[in-house]
Amino acid sequence: MPPVSTSSSRLVYDALKSCGVRLISALPETWLVHLIRMADDDPEMTLVRLAKEEEGVGISTGAYLSGVKSAMLMQNHGFLASVNGIVSCAQLYRIPLLMLITHRGSFGERDPWQTEGGGVTEDVLRALRIAYDRLDEPSSVAHRIAEAQTLAYSSNKPVALLLCRDLMWAP
Amino acid sequence: MTRLDALRAVYDKLSQRVVVTIMGAVAAELQSIGHRPNFFYLQHAMGLASSMGLGIALSRPELPVVVLDGDGSVLMNLGGLTTMARYRPKNLVHVVFDNESLLSVGGFPTATSTGSDIAGIARAAGVPRTATVRSLDEFTRAFDEALAAGELTTIVAKVEAAGPSAYVTDLALLENRFQFQRYLKSAGRT
Repeated sequence: MPPVSTSSSRLVYDALKSCGVRLISALPETWLVHLIRMADDDPEMTLVRLAKEEEGVGISTGAYLSGVKSAMLMQNHGFLASVNGIVSCAQLYRIPLLMLITHRGSFGERDPWQTEGGGVTEDVLRALRIAYDRLDEPSSVAHRIAEAQTLAYSSNKPVALLLCRDLMWAP
Repeated sequence: MTRLDALRAVYDKLSQRVVVTIMGAVAAELQSIGHRPNFFYLQHAMGLASSMGLGIALSRPELPVVVLDGDGSVLMNLGGLTTMARYRPKNLVHVVFDNESLLSVGGFPTATSTGSDIAGIARAAGVPRTATVRSLDEFTRAFDEALAAGELTTIVAKVEAAGPSAYVTDLALLENRFQFQRYLKSAGRT
């Protein structure tokens, strides 16, 4: 088992539950292993395992319009793969999305294949004018997730939280 | 069979269900028959209408949901068929109008014109009920059976590559979105 922080994953998961999130779409990646298991083990949560992350935009849109709060768990490369759906579904139709994106490829990254995505993720978020924040230490997790969701709903727009190495990795 | 005739044939049943369509001819033709607050037209994001229908069907299992999809859109999200099949909501009927072309952008042929079989792909993905139909009678029968079956069904309706003269309607995208949301809020809770 890779040294992904169980306690930080629990903080993130509990924050999502406290915000009323009842549907989570996810595509596995190493930093998300605990979060996905927590969703899978939780009878109150609908976990939708995806083939590709962009599907999650459609699923969260359907859930939102149906009155169900949702969150999307993905790697930053999955976010990059979802951009058209974010723009031409969620932004075009003013749909709030709560995207939790693992920020791979930053300082400390050992996997060579993750290193390009880390350098462009924040630039792409800014280019898309998506409000985002970095989650890099446990004490602010619950607060920032709640505030991100509040802004998503008040603005009818997607928001993103970057799950950073200092939070998610526990060597 | 034309798509317009197929839509007319099942319109009364659609009018009682939550309907999500793709962009282009399907959206314009359904609106030409008659828009209703329970119809949502995803006017871009090709491929995601089926994912959106899945999101609604999973979130509101008490509501019958119909997705009106197309071959070009399905081909952009084949993986979505595996996700639909994985959760196989009983309240979702997935209709794919297959005209073997990308009609609204010049009519260039899609891969279904060279033999790719969307019903076969859906079946292999694990969708429990699938059918390919070529006539109006076959379509209405398959549609009625799907509604009665209470099991995820993908119906591929082979239709002529003919569509409306214009695709922009007087229904604003956001008007449709907020009206549809209000419909879902009140539906099944009266």
